[in-house]
Amino acid sequence: MDFDLSDDQRLLADSVTRLMADRYGFEARKGYLKDPAGWSPAMWAHYAELGLLGLPFAEEHGGYGGGPVDVMLVMQEFGRALALEPYLATVVLGGTALQLAGSAAQQASVLPAVAEGRVKLAFAHGEREARYDLPFVRTTAKRSAGGWVLDGAKSVVFHGDSADRLVVSARVAGDDADPEGIGLFLVDADAAGLARRGYTLRDETRAAEIALHDVAAEPLGEPGAAFPVITRVVEAGIAAMGAEAVGAMEAMHAMTLEYSRTREQFGKPIGANQVVQHRLAEMLMSMEQGRSMAMLAAMSVTEPDAAERARSIAMAKVGYGQAARFVSQQTIQLHGGIGMTEEYAAGHFFRRCLVIEHSFGDTAYHLARLADEVE
Amino acid sequence: MDLRFTPEERAFRDEVRAFIRENLPKDTAERMRLGHPPRKQDTVSWQRILNKKGWAAISWPKEWGGPGWSAVQRMIFIEENQAAPAPELLSFNITMIGPVLIQFGTEEQKRRFLPRAANLDDWWCQGFSEPGAGSDLASLKTAARRVDDHYVVNGSKIWTSTAHNADWCFLLVRTNPNAAKRQEGISFLLVDMKTPGITVRPIISIDGSHHLNEVFFDDVKVPVSMRVYEENRGWDVAKYLLGNERTGIARLGKSRERVAVAKAAAREVRFNGRPLIEDATFRQRIAQLEVDMKALQITQYRVVSAGAKKSDGRPDPLSSVLKVKGTELLQASTECAMDAAGPMANPVWAQELAAMANEPDLFAEASEQSTASYLMLRAASIYGGTNEIQKNILSKAVLRL
Repeated sequence: MDFDLSDDQRLLADSVTRLMADRYGFEARKGYLKDPAGWSPAMWAHYAELGLLGLPFAEEHGGYGGGPVDVMLVMQEFGRALALEPYLATVVLGGTALQLAGSAAQQASVLPAVAEGRVKLAFAHGEREARYDLPFVRTTAKRSAGGWVLDGAKSVVFHGDSADRLVVSARVAGDDADPEGIGLFLVDADAAGLARRGYTLRDETRAAEIALHDVAAEPLGEPGAAFPVITRVVEAGIAAMGAEAVGAMEAMHAMTLEYSRTREQFGKPIGANQVVQHRLAEMLMSMEQGRSMAMLAAMSVTEPDAAERARSIAMAKVGYGQAARFVSQQTIQLHGGIGMTEEYAAGHFFRRCLVIEHSFGDTAYHLARLADEVE
Repeated sequence: MDLRFTPEERAFRDEVRAFIRENLPKDTAERMRLGHPPRKQDTVSWQRILNKKGWAAISWPKEWGGPGWSAVQRMIFIEENQAAPAPELLSFNITMIGPVLIQFGTEEQKRRFLPRAANLDDWWCQGFSEPGAGSDLASLKTAARRVDDHYVVNGSKIWTSTAHNADWCFLLVRTNPNAAKRQEGISFLLVDMKTPGITVRPIISIDGSHHLNEVFFDDVKVPVSMRVYEENRGWDVAKYLLGNERTGIARLGKSRERVAVAKAAAREVRFNGRPLIEDATFRQRIAQLEVDMKALQITQYRVVSAGAKKSDGRPDPLSSVLKVKGTELLQASTECAMDAAGPMANPVWAQELAAMANEPDLFAEASEQSTASYLMLRAASIYGGTNEIQKNILSKAVLRL
């Protein structure tokens, strides 16, 4: 048992902290939002320069061979800054899918380009009716003369509007909800028959609905046996979002604490009231429990035992989800009216946590799965 | 960063687990498995068995009989011991008076008391709280007047756990009523409970047990040689004692044991046409407790591993997080075990069960104890500094409000 960071990890965390402190203040972020992409291509280039875009990839693919803890450190800083860029979609979700299922040739062609910032990915798995059920896939994949073609629709694909290549799940066999018979495919974003409708999520990050009509696709791994890969991609996403939620909670707690020291009512700072002090203490406790759970998630991503891994990840999603909900609700409450305004940062962190909670299974979903396993 | 135990830590855990399994007296194990609190003799015997093995004075330096364990090893031991479940080490002896004497005691005090405290030859109790001074400890009034080579103590203490079992008491008294600050007139004394003038009056708690007492001091003579540290500096000693290492304060092993009891009960009884254990709502309640236990476990690891690297010896204010979250969990898990028992949570069987010695009704006995634990542990958010006080500590020490 060991909670220390290595020297390399400390350096990594420091350099990301510095970058975001220098270039990702709340005002700067408002500027990035105005970019047509909805995020900052300039920051993307900085991430590439710092090596963040290849962080978890092997050195032969232009990466640094980092693990989930390294990703956790980066995501925590992104959470604190409310970074808008498609890091989760590209490096964590798309990157994990390619690392787990891609052939040597696919990895060699895609991952170095991702690391250099030339190619962005998205993970197009979710469908309208599936809600959080991972095996529910209606999009179909059929063999065609030249290879495979996909038909169907994918929903709320993170940064699906700006991705250059999409990792799409589709059914090659079995019923709608069958974990067997699902394949993963690599699809060019500008392929014929693919239509994207981009939009903004509640937290101002981007996503897309994707329609597929006879779209040419290249299998990523064995078509039909992709479900374990999909599961692991989602687990990596849950871990990364957990770290992001921790960063967001840190920021919310700090701003609420500062506000309670400076905001005066009835002739004294509101933080002089014990009821406010206790609420802040409760937020701190929730945040620390949430941090513990985000650490659990990060350290479970590479756990070889699938059942053990699934259980830890589900516990973590419940734990950090509940913590983030409490901290973000209390942040608005203690700020009062100003917390409700669009111009103030609190509500933006609040909405990032809201989106995180409703991604990859919410609290009720994961709690129900854990309940199924009670012995 | 790695959450898993190292192979050495795993081996240590296995060694502890095996030792407890092989050496915990069978009747103690059986009683505790049914949820009964340990009897005095259970606690004494088990601590002596552990002490013989060198595992009683777990946080003391080796020269005073400590095992030389790391903070992680201590945590593993405490968790295993709670989860067995086995009687816990007497905290008054091991985490309170022992470390205080090691830090502040005279050589004579150390030699006289430490070996006996480790072996539970002396059972210690804590004379801190008073009828008018609970969370506001510094307002205590019990007075000690210096007469030649001894003090004369008058006053009373309350909520004194296990005073009726105790051979000795460590006592906070006011030696200077005129000090500029309340904290500056307090001294720390060691009192033989057999001294004339001491009266122990039981306080029966809502679970029906006798754990708490009121202790009256009427012209009780205490030799000056029984004072720890300087006169009027007792507050420093008390602060050290209260801030001392609180690994195990979360009592995670106890929560685990209660959740296991809740599940066992749920397999025996029905709900809505099925065994309770199959009910989705009940299962979610268990799942939530398991999530909370996992979060607390990792937070505890973090506090312990950070503490092991700190050199200033000051307690981590995050231990207040462990106290609050740990006791909330303890209360939620005892509540769950009691609710699982259903109507069997209501009866008080003690006498009937004792009379049926030949055909034990284990479910009835366990159910009764589930309610008793629930009732007893309503105190968990009050003792050791109420959870409200812990939030005050967090807002002062961490948030600087």
